[in-house]
Amino acid sequence: MRRETKVRQRVRIHKCMRFLRNRTIAAGIAERLLGPMRRLCKACGIFSRGGGANAGDRPSLWGWIFSCRWTAVVLLALGFAASFAIPRFNLVNPYYQLILMYVCINIILAISLNLVNGYMGEFSVGHAGFMAVGAYVSAILTVKVLPAGLGQVMFPLAVAAGGAVAALVGLVVAIPSFKTRGDYLAIVTLAFNMIVKSLFENIDAVGGPRGLLGISKLTTLPWVFVWTILSVWIIRNFVYSRFGRGVLSIREDEIASDMMSVNTRHVKMLAFVVSSFFAGVAGALYAHLMQFINPRMFDILKSTDILVMVYLGGIGSIAGSILGASIYTVLLEALRPLGIWRMVFMPLVLVLVMIFRPRGIMGFREFRLFMRREDYEDRPLPAPPIASQDGGEAPT
Amino acid sequence: MTMLQIERLTHRFGGLCAVQDFNLNLAAGELVGIIGPNGAGKTTVFNLITGIYRPASGSIRFKGKELAGKTSNAIASKGIARTFQNIRLFKDLSVLDNVRIAHYAQTRYSALEALLHAGRYRAEERRVRESAMLLLKTFRLEKHTHEYARNLPYGLQRRLEMARALAIRPALMLLDEPAAGMNPREIKELMDYIMWIRGQFELTILLIEHRMRLVMGICERIKVLDFGATIAEGRPDEVRNNPLVLEAYLGNEAER
Repeated sequence: MRRETKVRQRVRIHKCMRFLRNRTIAAGIAERLLGPMRRLCKACGIFSRGGGANAGDRPSLWGWIFSCRWTAVVLLALGFAASFAIPRFNLVNPYYQLILMYVCINIILAISLNLVNGYMGEFSVGHAGFMAVGAYVSAILTVKVLPAGLGQVMFPLAVAAGGAVAALVGLVVAIPSFKTRGDYLAIVTLAFNMIVKSLFENIDAVGGPRGLLGISKLTTLPWVFVWTILSVWIIRNFVYSRFGRGVLSIREDEIASDMMSVNTRHVKMLAFVVSSFFAGVAGALYAHLMQFINPRMFDILKSTDILVMVYLGGIGSIAGSILGASIYTVLLEALRPLGIWRMVFMPLVLVLVMIFRPRGIMGFREFRLFMRREDYEDRPLPAPPIASQDGGEAPT
Repeated sequence: MTMLQIERLTHRFGGLCAVQDFNLNLAAGELVGIIGPNGAGKTTVFNLITGIYRPASGSIRFKGKELAGKTSNAIASKGIARTFQNIRLFKDLSVLDNVRIAHYAQTRYSALEALLHAGRYRAEERRVRESAMLLLKTFRLEKHTHEYARNLPYGLQRRLEMARALAIRPALMLLDEPAAGMNPREIKELMDYIMWIRGQFELTILLIEHRMRLVMGICERIKVLDFGATIAEGRPDEVRNNPLVLEAYLGNEAER
C-alpha cells in the first residue's frame, strides 16, 4: 500500500517534469542559439548594462578594443571612406545601396524616438508627423525656393532647416502635452500625426493628396552617413549629460526627480525637441531619396514602424536602436519573396522578442563604444578638498 | 535667523481638512519633530512645503522668501531637500547616477554645451562626479558606485536616499519617517547619523516620525498633530505628559 503511493507520487512528479520541459522547450532553443553569442559578447566585454554593473571584470583584449577611444575614430574613418567608395566605384549593386540608405535613415528615426519612448519612458506615437514636416519643408526649399543649380551645395542647409522646423513644431506639441502627466502625450501625438497628414493633403501648393513631385535626388550615401553619425553622436551626448540623467530620472520617478531639483518640464521639452529635430532630418533625407513625397507616406503606419524598430532593438539603448532599425529594415526587404506573408512574419518576430526579452534585444544595455568611460569604470578618487576632510566619515 | 516660517497653513482634500492653521517657526540649526497618529496630516505638511500640493491658504517663507506657488524643483534648488516615507530612489539607475541627478540645478552648462559636449561641459561633469563620489564616500557607499540602487540592502538604500538629498546642498532637510522599518539597533545608528549630518552639513532639520524613542531622543522641539490641527507643542518632556497628546494616541480616559 505504502509502496504503491510512493510509485504513484513518482509518476506524478515525472509527468510534472515532462510538462515543464515541454513548456520550456522554446525557451531552450532560444537559449541554445543565443547562449554562445551571449558568452562571446561577455568575453569580449563589449556590453555594459545601464549602470555598468560589471565594473570589476578583468579587461580583455577585445574589451579594450571595444572601449578604446580610437576604435570609434577608426570605425568612423572606415565607414566614411566606404560611404564615398561604394557609390563612386559601384562596389555593391544599387539596390543594396538603397537599402543601406534606408537603414541609416531608420536608425536616425529609431534613435530619436528612443530618446522619448525609451529613455524618458513617455509614449509618443506620432513620430512620422515630425518626419513629414521635415520632408515637406526641405523639399519645398530645394524645389521652389533655392536656385536649382545650387541644390547640391544647399542640401545640408535644407535638411537642417527641415529639422529646425520640425523641432519648432515639436516644441508647440510639447508645451501643452507636458503640462499634464500620464498618457496624454500618446493621445496628443496621435492627433498631431493625423493633423499633419490631413494638413498636407489639403494644401494644393504642395500637391495635396497627390504629393510633391520633382524633388531632385540629393540624398547620397556619404550625406546619409554623416547625418546618421551626427544624430547618434548628439543623442549620445545628450544622454550622458545632466539633461540625459534628468530624462532617466523622470522615467524612474518624476516626483522624486522634481524634489532633487531637476527641472522636469524643461528637461522633457528639451528631449522632445531634440527628438523631433532628428525626425525632421530623417524626413528630409527620405524625401530627397524617394524624389517624391505624399502625405500618405507619413501616416500612423509609418509611426508604428518606427515604434517597432525601437521596441525590437531595445528601449533606452543607442546600440539597440541601431540594431533594431537595421534588423527590421533588412528583414523586411529580405522577406519580400514572401509577399503579404511578411506582414505575418514580422509581427511574429516582435511577439517572440517581447516574450523572451520584454525590453527588446538590447533593453537598457549599451555597447561600451557609446558610453563614457567613467560611467562603467572605477577610477581612483581624486584627493578630497581640505574643507571636507576634517569631518571624516559618517559614524557607523 | 529664521530658516522656515509657516503661518496659518491650511489644506483641504475635498471636504476633508488635512492641515488646519499650521504654524511653525524654524530657526537655523534647529532640529524639530512632528508627530501624530496616522492620517494626522504630517506628510501633507511636507508635501505643501516642497510644492507637491498648493496650499488652500497660508504662507510658507523660506529664508524670508515666499514659497507658495513655486514648482517643486525651484523650491528644491533654493535649498530644501527631503527624503520619502517609502524610499523613492531611482531604482534602475546606478548609485552614482542617483547622486549625480541631484546635482542638476548646480550644474552650470547649457543645453547646447550638453549636446556638443563642449564648453563648460567637461569641467562641470568632473566637478559633479567628484562631489558625488565624495558624498558616496562619506556615506560609505563608494563600494557600490556602479551598482543599481535596486540591489542595495534596505539600510543602504535609506543611506543613499540621504546622500542624494544632501547632494542638492540643502539648508533645510525634511526627513519623512527615516526610521520606518528599522530595528532598535538601526534606529540608534540612524540617530547618530542624523546628529552627525546636521553638524557636518550645517542643516536645519524637520522630521516626521512615529518612533517615540527617536523623536524624544534627538528633537529639541516637538509638534503634535491630530486631524490636521496642532494639539501640542514644546520640549519632548513637556509633550510626553500632555493629556491631549495621550488622548490622541491612546484614546480618552473612559475608553481606556
